[in-house]
Amino acid sequence: MADQIPLSMTVNGRIRRGRGEPRLTLADFLREQALCTGVHLGCEHGVCGSCTVLMDGEAVRSCLLFAVQAEGADITTVEGLAPDDETLHPVQEAFRDCHGLQCGFCTPGFVVSVAAFLEANPDPSDDEIRHGIAGNLCRCTGYQGIVAATRQAADAMRGGGR
Amino acid sequence: MPAGGRLSRIGQRGGLQCRAVKPAPFEYHAPESVADVASLLAEHGDDAKPLAGGQSLVPMLAMRLTRFEHIVDLNRVGELFGVESGNGGVRIGAMTRQAAVEADAMVAERVPLLHLAAPHIGHFQIRNRGTIGGSVAHADPASEFPAVMLALDGTAEVASSSSVREVPAAEFFESTFMTAMAPDELLVALRFSSWEQPAGFAFDEIARRSGDFALAGAAVGIGADDQGRINRAAVGMLGVGPTPLRAASVEAALMGLSAAEADPAEIGRLAADDMDPIGDVHASAEYRLRAGSTLVGRVLAAALSQVQKEAGLG
Repeated sequence: MADQIPLSMTVNGRIRRGRGEPRLTLADFLREQALCTGVHLGCEHGVCGSCTVLMDGEAVRSCLLFAVQAEGADITTVEGLAPDDETLHPVQEAFRDCHGLQCGFCTPGFVVSVAAFLEANPDPSDDEIRHGIAGNLCRCTGYQGIVAATRQAADAMRGGGR
Repeated sequence: MPAGGRLSRIGQRGGLQCRAVKPAPFEYHAPESVADVASLLAEHGDDAKPLAGGQSLVPMLAMRLTRFEHIVDLNRVGELFGVESGNGGVRIGAMTRQAAVEADAMVAERVPLLHLAAPHIGHFQIRNRGTIGGSVAHADPASEFPAVMLALDGTAEVASSSSVREVPAAEFFESTFMTAMAPDELLVALRFSSWEQPAGFAFDEIARRSGDFALAGAAVGIGADDQGRINRAAVGMLGVGPTPLRAASVEAALMGLSAAEADPAEIGRLAADDMDPIGDVHASAEYRLRAGSTLVGRVLAAALSQVQKEAGLG
């Protein structure tokens, strides 16, 4: 049982094909076959948020999806947020400016989550920001820098156009 | 190589080797109609498991707390998605995402308790995938939608290859993670009627961290006549027993009282009589009883204040 099956989806604008058993998670497909190693795996059961990606524009845990379920979907990982290699996405820029990271392990998940959160809620209150980032765990920063980065990114995305 | 020869080299690019996958192997099915799901379930019985949003099932598979030979993915069954008007209330397809329930205007207007409970489920990333039917079929006693369904006397539309039946919430939740559905049955939709009277609704829960499973929670609906006299009371509780529970003593105590004069803190304390909590690493049984009944009082207070406004008395 459980033969290898062909897999195909769009990852950061490019069609990616691969193979895997149905039990292969989307996170493992993205890391090992699409080589998007910015998808970090912390807990692998949906708690830590490090593996967050956009699937058809919505933030999801890639460890809680099987790759086969994303057949034909449009996936964006942290590698695909910025328009090109020379530019940072406003959320990435804000995390750098505000010391929103220390060791960096949780950062890709935070950046993707915050980008999605601000798309849905461009002018959040501080309380809304704290709820918005609650689905991602960081064990270094104490979150203050992440809250500040989210505020700065919100202002930049509203004002600056991206 | 970790787990023996089954794991072949699948990442050919750069000669990468795939790490061990976590769940036990299964055969994957992606049917596109309820009829096809039902025939797969009829064929494979309890060797098969429907996969909805996967926010509970996939972790359980990954930790090998459970394993199934057949996973029946419901995500391509279009007829299971969406909210529609029905019998003065709403019919919500089982695969409707929790985020879609939260954002739906008809749900907010006709079944406000669902709208109020939804933001308490996990985090927005979880609600983007998690479904209302998945929550209800999983029947976690600490889950939000089952408690709302029980409080509001919602019904489950359940289909197999040979029948369709309606199961009232009071008969649906049999024990922890156990429902009245047979292995060959699929939860198709949930039905809720709206309250055609002045009413107040409130929901809250206690959790150590935002998004954690609730230690205790309450879903309250209170209806009144034009004079503000309570003629309908629905109090659902989560996290304080083996299933979601109704606080029948609280409901009985409220009936006939004036909404303005009811003492929510005092009546809320009665809820302890209807709880059957267990102690665990997160909270002792005693804590759940005391904090839970205090919470019922607070949620009651919010619903009472709203029902007075709706009755034009606030």
